[in-house]
Amino acid sequence: MSSTPPTSEGHGSFPESSAEGHAPAPGREPSASQIGISNAVFYALFVVMGGTYVVLIVGMLIADAAYMTEKTFDGITSEGRSLLSVISHNPISTALADKRIQHSIWLSLISCTMSAVISVMIAIPMGYLISRHDFRGKRLLDAVLDIPIVLPPLVIGLSLLILFQFPPFRWIARDVVYQVPSVVLAQFSVACAFAVRTMKATFDHINPRCEDVAITLGCSRAQAFGWVLLPEAERGILTAFTLAWARSLGEFGPLLIFSGATRMKTEVLSTSVFLEMNVGDIEAAVAVSFIMVMAAVVVLILTRMIGSNHHAIQ
Amino acid sequence: MIQIENLSVRAGDFRIQNVSLTVPSGRYGVLMGKTGSGKTTILETVLGLRDASMGRIVLGDLDVTGLNPAVRGVGYVPQDGALFSSMTVRDHLDFALMIRKTPKPACQQRVEELAELLGIENLLDRKPHGLSGGERQRVALGRALSFQPKVLCLDEPLSALDDDTRVRMCDLLSDVQKKTGTTTLHVTHNRDEAERLADYLFRIRDGQIQQVRPES
Repeated sequence: MSSTPPTSEGHGSFPESSAEGHAPAPGREPSASQIGISNAVFYALFVVMGGTYVVLIVGMLIADAAYMTEKTFDGITSEGRSLLSVISHNPISTALADKRIQHSIWLSLISCTMSAVISVMIAIPMGYLISRHDFRGKRLLDAVLDIPIVLPPLVIGLSLLILFQFPPFRWIARDVVYQVPSVVLAQFSVACAFAVRTMKATFDHINPRCEDVAITLGCSRAQAFGWVLLPEAERGILTAFTLAWARSLGEFGPLLIFSGATRMKTEVLSTSVFLEMNVGDIEAAVAVSFIMVMAAVVVLILTRMIGSNHHAIQ
Repeated sequence: MIQIENLSVRAGDFRIQNVSLTVPSGRYGVLMGKTGSGKTTILETVLGLRDASMGRIVLGDLDVTGLNPAVRGVGYVPQDGALFSSMTVRDHLDFALMIRKTPKPACQQRVEELAELLGIENLLDRKPHGLSGGERQRVALGRALSFQPKVLCLDEPLSALDDDTRVRMCDLLSDVQKKTGTTTLHVTHNRDEAERLADYLFRIRDGQIQQVRPES
């Protein structure tokens, strides 16, 4: 032991650098100005790339509005009406006065709400089971739930149509296919997949310890779910509802095949746009599109308000 | 009494085999060990949140091995408190009594008792959002004690607290345990906390439990 001279064992991993003290690192030191420029370029690039999409979305909406404004004022100049007549004579009020569009609006509101409610009712238990439990075939189930998201919408409509050729569905096909229930079913088929995804993510983010505690306090599984987990998931449920509702409002492909596009019967707003375009009435088509945009915005604002109120109380 | 007899538990790839410990009635037991030593797994098995593959767990006079956690009568304070974000502090203290359909006046009395015991009278109408770490753990402790359990299980309840709060919470835990006489099993990796609180101190290392205090 005494024969061993004291060595710099502690610095053994970097013998060269320790021997030379503060030896300059090979290459150049990064300069502050270069980093500054690089950061500026980085953010500028990202803002431009991301901003392109925002410009596209806002641009589309502005174009719709500009088109309608143009058409409204065209009417004034060509027919010599007063400026105040803008309120009663514009593409939206004309569309709203149309009995067929009125029917389409009501059916859209009712069918979207029904499909969103059913979607959430199915998504809550499904999301819970997938999030909280491991079971055989879970990955397969996960993949199956993605089918409605990745499948072309037309194929879903066609598949629904084919499904109702077989019992037991065939027995009720007369009351469903090309009838109002088919609208809800077609919307639900796609919307529910989005609701399930949202609910799974919601339950994933809730601390499972809360349920454990509830159970040690004397709760059954159902009580722990109802008293503890469900209130915690309230915002997620609202998001799932909004997403399912908006998805249902935009549904078109499956409806065209499975429900048909019969005016005053299975016509919803997306079908109205299609039908108006088909007869060459672009003004009406844009007006109905605008009504859809407004409906979607109202639902988004309402659910956000309910959600943020709830959060404020907390 | 908390009696763990020749317990074996499996949690994924992790395994604990043939461990035993006993905390006599009304005493404060601390199980100390490093992260990943399996102490939480043992606690969860006492609570019934994990199944024992072998061995026995006796709480009081009752063999609870295989019994549903809801009927074991064990109060549980997890590491992060796991408070219910939509409930007020009062609802937390009330919750187990509400599940037991306890009459309203008795609930109210119990809530007041607990709030006084834990010094959280001024928090009763608040929700967990915005409570400090120490306050959260007091609420979690009150919730666990609300139904007057025979046994209390604490899983690293003070690990997220700053040093001052930790010392104060240690005093509170010790005080509350003496007042209520609840047999307690507290799991921690903190030696100081263990030394301060334990009537019975156990150390888990390499899958073996060794009783440190009182020496067996």
